[in-house]
Amino acid sequence: MLTTLAARKQSAALRDRTLLTINGVSKYFGETRAVDDVSLEIRQGEIFALLGGSGSGKSTLLRILAGFEQPSTGSVQLDGVDITALPPNLRPVNMMFQSYALFPHMSVADNIAFGLKQDKLPKEEVQARVESMLKLVKMSKFAKRKPHQLSGGQMQRVALARSLAKQPKLLLLDEPMGALDKKLRTEMQLELVDIIEKVGVTCVMVTHDQEEAMTMADRIAIMDEGYIQQVGTPVDIYENPINRMVAEFVGSINLFECVLGDEAADHTILHSEALDRPIYVGHGFATDIDNREVTFAVRPEKTWLTTEAPEQDYNWEKGTVADFAYLGGHSIYYVELRSGQIVQCFLANTERKAERPTWDDEVFISWESDSGVIIR
Amino acid sequence: MKRWSRRAIVSVPYFWLGLFLLVPLLLVIKVAFAEAARAIPPFSSLTEFEDGILAIRISINSFAVLFEDTMYLQAFFNSVVIAAGATLLCLLIGYPMAYAIARAPAHQQSILLMLVLLPSWTSFLIRVYAWMTILGQNGPLNNFLISIGLISEPLEILNTNLAVYIGIVYSYLPFMVLPLYANLVKHDLRLIEAAQDLGARGLTTFTRITLPLSKNGIIAGSMLVFIPAVGEYVIPELLGGSDTLVIGKVVWQEFFNNRDWPVASALALLLVLALLAPIVWFQRNQDAVR
Repeated sequence: MLTTLAARKQSAALRDRTLLTINGVSKYFGETRAVDDVSLEIRQGEIFALLGGSGSGKSTLLRILAGFEQPSTGSVQLDGVDITALPPNLRPVNMMFQSYALFPHMSVADNIAFGLKQDKLPKEEVQARVESMLKLVKMSKFAKRKPHQLSGGQMQRVALARSLAKQPKLLLLDEPMGALDKKLRTEMQLELVDIIEKVGVTCVMVTHDQEEAMTMADRIAIMDEGYIQQVGTPVDIYENPINRMVAEFVGSINLFECVLGDEAADHTILHSEALDRPIYVGHGFATDIDNREVTFAVRPEKTWLTTEAPEQDYNWEKGTVADFAYLGGHSIYYVELRSGQIVQCFLANTERKAERPTWDDEVFISWESDSGVIIR
Repeated sequence: MKRWSRRAIVSVPYFWLGLFLLVPLLLVIKVAFAEAARAIPPFSSLTEFEDGILAIRISINSFAVLFEDTMYLQAFFNSVVIAAGATLLCLLIGYPMAYAIARAPAHQQSILLMLVLLPSWTSFLIRVYAWMTILGQNGPLNNFLISIGLISEPLEILNTNLAVYIGIVYSYLPFMVLPLYANLVKHDLRLIEAAQDLGARGLTTFTRITLPLSKNGIIAGSMLVFIPAVGEYVIPELLGGSDTLVIGKVVWQEFFNNRDWPVASALALLLVLALLAPIVWFQRNQDAVR
C-alpha cells in the first residue's frame, strides 16, 4: 500500500496536463457570497481536496462542478470544453454523495447499472461493466442485496462503484468519510485512493477533515468564507502556511505577534512582547516598509521542552507548565509564559521511565532558526 | 403488576373494537342467516326451543337470492367500477397536488395542507347538496358554459354517473392527498440529484426514483378512497340518476323499502368480505417493505 502511495505521488508530479479549469467563479445566494472569485487548475489524474470549515463555500463549489448550482459569474472548463451551462445529466462528471444517496429500492447491481442504462448501452455491456465494477470494489458477493442490508463501508464501496461506472472524466467526492466511524475511516481512505488510482480518474473532493485531505489528496485548497486561501501539497500547506487562517486551520500552531527588526538576505530578526529574547529566523523576508508588524508561527512538534535554560541568545523563553496531556507516543505540554500566553509544545516519549515535567514546573521552550515561519 | 397494567392498556383498543366492530358484525351475520318475517324486528329467530328440543334454523336463502337475481351482482360490479375509476381520478389529481405541497417552502406547506382540509370543516351532506346546485340544469356551471358560448343547451350532468364521479372525487380527494404528501415529503432529495448526476432526465428520474419510492403512499391513499367509495350511499343517491345502481343504494332499499333485513345483511357481509381482500393485500405489502 505504501509503495503504491509513494509511486502515485511521484507519477502525479509528472502529470501536468490541466483537465479542469475553474475561471473566476463566484456564487451569490441573495446577499451572501458563498463562493468568491475562485480560480483553480486541476491536473489530469490528481486527487484535489477542497478543505474548509462549514460555510466555507467548499460544498457550493463542488455543486457548481456537478452542475447542481449555476455560478453567478465565471466559467468552468473540463478537458477544453466549457461546461458552465451544461445540466448535471449531460456532464461527464459523477459524484459520490455524502452518506451515499444509494437508491433504496434498487439492488446493489441495479444501483451501479442505473447510470449505464441512461446511456442506452446494450444489456450485455451494462452487465459486464457492473460486474467489473463490483469486482473493483470487492462487492461481487453482494450484487443482489438492497442498500439497507449493507454496512457503512459496504455502502461506500457501492456508491464509489456507481459513480465510477460511467467512466467519468471527473469524479467528485462530497465528504467521502463523513458517515463512517474513525477506525473504518482510515482504512477506507487508503482503499479509496487505491481504487481511484487504479482507475486513473481525476478527483475533486470536499472535506472538513484535514487528516483526510492530507491522507488522500495530492494537492489541497484551503477555503474560508468562499475564498481560496492557499493551494498546495499537504507538505506546503502544513510547513509553509501563507497566512494566519491557514496556519491555525491546519494542525495546531503557536503564534507570536512581532515587529520586524534587523533584516538581511540570510536572516531576519523579530521582536515580540511575549518573549524576552529576539527571534532569529534563518532566511530573508520580503518586506513591505510601511507595515513592520508580522506574525511568527511555530508548530508544537518543532519546539523543544527542557528543564534547563538553553545557552543561545535567541529563540527561547521561560515558562511554567499550566497543563499537560500524555498521549502515548508523545505528550502535549501547555506552557504559560510570563506574558500569560499559553504555548503548546510536544514532547516525544522516547524513554519508558523518564522523569517528565509536571504542573507548575519551571520549563524552557526553544526552537531552531528554521523551525518557524513568518506570516502576515 | 407491570404485566397486569400492560394488559390493561392493550385491552382498551381491543375492547373498543370488540364492542363497536365485532358485536355489530356478529349481529349482521345473525340477521343474514335468518329469514325475513312480518314481525318486529322483521326477521326470524335463529334458535327455537319447543318441547325440550333446541332447534337451530340457519337459512342461506338470502345469499341464494343475491346470486339468483343478477341485479345484486350488477350493483356490486357498478360500485367497484365507479370506486376504482374515482380512485384513479383522485390519484391523477391528488399526486401532483401532494407533490407540489411536499416541494413547497416549509412555511407554506402547512397552509397548503390546511386549504386541502378546509372544505371538510363543512358538513359532508351540505357539500354534496351544493354540488346538486352547481351541476343542475340551471346551475352556475351550465350558466357559465352557456355565457361563454361553449354550449347552447344546458348539459345534463346532475343525476348521471358523471355527477357521481365528480362527487366522489371531490369528497375523497383529501384522503388521497394526505398520505401521498406524508410519503413524498420524506423523500431524500439527494436521490433525485444522484439520478440526475448519473445522466437521468427529469421524466426518467420521476418514473424510476420518485414514483417507485412513493408506492406506499399511493397504496395507502388509494385504499382510503376506494374502500369508502365502494360502499358510498349519499353521493350516488343525491347526485346519481335512478339508473345508477350501486351497492350502497341497494342495501338501503332492501332495509327500508323492502324491509328484507336478511338480504340487506347478506349484501353488507359480501361487501365486507370483498373489501377485506385489498386490505389484507395492503397489510402484506406494508410488512414486506419493513
